[in-house]
Amino acid sequence: MADPMHQFQIHKIVDLPDFTLPGVGTIDMAFTNSTLSMTVAAVLIVVFMALVTAKPQVVPGRLQVVGEGVFSYIDNLATGIIGHEARKFFPYIFTLFLFVLLMNFLGLFLMFTATSQLAVTATLAAITIGLVLVVGFARNGLGFFKLFVPSGIPIFILPLIVLIEVISFLLRPATLALRLFGNMLGGHVAMKVFAGFVVSLGALAAGGGLGLLGIPGAALALGGVVALTALEFLVAFLQAFVFAVLACVYLNDVVNLGHHH
Amino acid sequence: MDPQAAKFIGAGLATLGMIGAGVGVGVIFSGFLQGATRNPSAAGGQFTNLILGAALTEALGILAFVLGLLILFS
Repeated sequence: MADPMHQFQIHKIVDLPDFTLPGVGTIDMAFTNSTLSMTVAAVLIVVFMALVTAKPQVVPGRLQVVGEGVFSYIDNLATGIIGHEARKFFPYIFTLFLFVLLMNFLGLFLMFTATSQLAVTATLAAITIGLVLVVGFARNGLGFFKLFVPSGIPIFILPLIVLIEVISFLLRPATLALRLFGNMLGGHVAMKVFAGFVVSLGALAAGGGLGLLGIPGAALALGGVVALTALEFLVAFLQAFVFAVLACVYLNDVVNLGHHH
Repeated sequence: MDPQAAKFIGAGLATLGMIGAGVGVGVIFSGFLQGATRNPSAAGGQFTNLILGAALTEALGILAFVLGLLILFS
C-alpha cells in the first residue's frame, strides 16, 4: 500500500537563497508546494472578491449574491458573539475564515493541503491569540487579569478556579492549532488508507481463485472513499467555521470583559 | 520487549483517548436533537453553540491523535 503520509511531504519548487535573521538563525526561503497552495488560496480570494465588488448593483446578480452571502454570514456570526463592537474585528475574522476555507478546499481539489502543516495552523493560532492579548491589554490594561478571576466564586475554591482558568487560557493557542491540523491530517490519511484498500484488494482479485472475494471488498472501499470525500467537504467548511467562531469567542472574552451584553 | 513493538502498542493505547471525545460529541448532539425536536423554532439559533461545543470536545480527541502520532514518529 502507498504510504499515507507521503502526501504531506514538502517539496521545493523554486529554491530561493537562505535568509539569515540576526538572533533567530538561518531561514529557508524556498518556494514550496505549501507556499504555492497558500498563494493560490490568497489569489483566489482576492480575484473572487474583486469580481464580486467590480460592478455592485442594488439588485445583485448571481455572483454578487454569493459574495454578499458569505460576507453577511460572517458578519452575523461576529455580531452575534461579540456584539456591536464586532465590526472592528470583522476584517480579521472574515480574512481568517476565507483563507482557512480556501486552503481546506484546495486540499480536496488535487492541491497540497496547507492546513495539514502544523507550522501554518500554529501561525494562524499565534496571530489570533496575539491579537487577543493586544486587544485585551489595550482595552483593559492590567484589568485583563480579571479574565482569570470569574465573579461569584466562593473564596475557598477561588485559587483552584484561577489555576484552571490560567491553564485553559494557555491551552487555547495549542488546541486552536492542533484542532485544524489534526482534522485535516486525520481526514486525508483516512481517505488515502481507504483508497489504498481499493488497489490492494483489486490486486488480490487479479490473482484469481479465492482472491476474487476481493472484488466486493474493493467496491466497498471505493464507496468508503466517496463517502469520506463528501464528509471531508463538510469537515473542511466546519473547521474554517469553528476557527472563525473560536476567534470571535476569544476576542469577546477580552472585548466585553466583566460585563455581559 | 522490543522497543519498536512497545512504541506501536503505546501509540495504539494513546488513541484510546478518543473514546471520551466520541462519547462527548455524542452527548452534545443528542442533547441538541432532544432540544431541537421539542422546540424546532429555537434550533436554528443554537447552531453556532452546537458546533462550538462539538469543536471544544473534539479538541481532546485530536490531542490523543497527535499524541499517538508523536509516539509513532519520534
